[in-house]
Amino acid sequence: MALYSEKVMDHFRNPRNVGVLENPDGVGEVGNAKCGDIMKIYLKIENDVIADVKFETFGCGSAIASSSMATELIKGQPVSEALKLTNKAVAEALDGLPAHKLHCSVLAEEAIKAALKDYYDKNGIAYDPADFPDTEDCEHCAL
Amino acid sequence: MIYLDNAATTKMSKTAVEAMLPYLENWYGNPSSLYSFGQKSKEALESARERIAACLGADPKEITFTSGGSEADNQAILSAAILGERKGKKHIVSTAFEHHAVLHTLEKLKREGYEITLLDVHPSGVVTPEEVAAAIRPDTCLVTIMFANNEIGTIQPIREIGAICREKGVLFHTDAVQAVGHVPVNVKEDNIDMLSLSAHKFHGPKGTGVLYARRGVRLFSLIEGGAQERGKRAGTENLAAIAGMAAALEEACGALEENRRRILPLRERLIDGLSEIPHGALNGDRERRLPGNVNFCFEGIEGESLLLLLDDRGVCASSGSACTSGSLDPSHVLLAIGRPHDVAHGSLRLTLSEGNTAEEIEETIGAVKEVVSYLRSMSPVWRDLEEGKKEHLL
Repeated sequence: MALYSEKVMDHFRNPRNVGVLENPDGVGEVGNAKCGDIMKIYLKIENDVIADVKFETFGCGSAIASSSMATELIKGQPVSEALKLTNKAVAEALDGLPAHKLHCSVLAEEAIKAALKDYYDKNGIAYDPADFPDTEDCEHCAL
Repeated sequence: MIYLDNAATTKMSKTAVEAMLPYLENWYGNPSSLYSFGQKSKEALESARERIAACLGADPKEITFTSGGSEADNQAILSAAILGERKGKKHIVSTAFEHHAVLHTLEKLKREGYEITLLDVHPSGVVTPEEVAAAIRPDTCLVTIMFANNEIGTIQPIREIGAICREKGVLFHTDAVQAVGHVPVNVKEDNIDMLSLSAHKFHGPKGTGVLYARRGVRLFSLIEGGAQERGKRAGTENLAAIAGMAAALEEACGALEENRRRILPLRERLIDGLSEIPHGALNGDRERRLPGNVNFCFEGIEGESLLLLLDDRGVCASSGSACTSGSLDPSHVLLAIGRPHDVAHGSLRLTLSEGNTAEEIEETIGAVKEVVSYLRSMSPVWRDLEEGKKEHLL
């Protein structure tokens, strides 16, 4: 059996939405180089819809594939829908990840949410902090 | 396919395969059986033992067949620990960058009350004999230091360390899994009391190896249940593999110099080629290393994605990245030579054999350059480095 699903390899080899956005409306960066993964998400938001999204990732194959899939899942979606993105949805859309790589999908969810939080903060939009995971402490690094 | 992972395992030589076949096809008798059909197998077993001993400068009685390097390491260390304990000596000296077969065995002994000193290996990846001498105490029962490192290929001053151990009356074991068949190893001249080797690292079969123990060094069995290997290792011998190992070792030792002459220029060209990649660095001393070992760190990228993309280009390689090991930390070897975590994640090990060609090396240099720059183009770490938000470490 191959290490990764065909879907993971496709998104790893041909990542969607790689790059940066000039003057983004929200930026989120999560992870730690010490642990071997960093994801950075750039959002362009128009009329409460994710008009564009780009990512940059330092990490393994599943980290790159998870970033790519997460951007695909939220692109064109209303902000309220993007906020509902879960790591499970990312992993499922990739036809699964090996158990020890599930944290890559967690990181992708956190990166998207960090960018949305940044958008809210920049625009003075009120939000429920409970909607956003605490990404300051990476439990992966704390181990 | 360009196979550059010969430190992981090697392709079996034709000679080794042919040496195995008679014992797979015809001579299936058990070497422990009395009848002549079984005794024919016994003869083959002892002939393999003699030939392997000759390659190492040992006596056949000093050779014990094991399932491979890991078992040999376990048995050597645990035997020395038992011998030490009987004399009230429960201190062991080793290095921080040993193979896990050694390190995990030492950790087990630590939990049982032994004291372990792990020597620093410096950025060069080489321990000095003086440091070994300074670490030996009156209660030291064993010094175990690898002959050549499996990740960065650096070769240790084994003969000098062995001489110090002998002078101080301390047993000396060396994990020579990466060295035997690649550089000259002679247990007598190198003052080695115990040595581990593994057949599949020198074009022999997997699942078989040797523990050499100098006459007078008592081994304790890890596996009970029979009188095979003079009671030091129970279980019916893997005769076909042992015959293959003997053939492979004779072939490798006979061609040592010729292979070195063939591989060395390829290694040097590969190091020069990869050195052209900015913000990368060779890991470990360039001179004191195995003829076929190349190991680099590249800043701003992670090793697993590098390996996957090299695989797409037909290059088989390995990395000390945490993601490839299934653990959270990058290679303990790279950390031991002082590479920071973030840099250690971006490592690449390429290990050559005499079967590689100059064309393959050129193709590999091109592929690595391409993949590293592609991965950097999507790396936020690399962007921060390039924009001066973080300082380059390499």
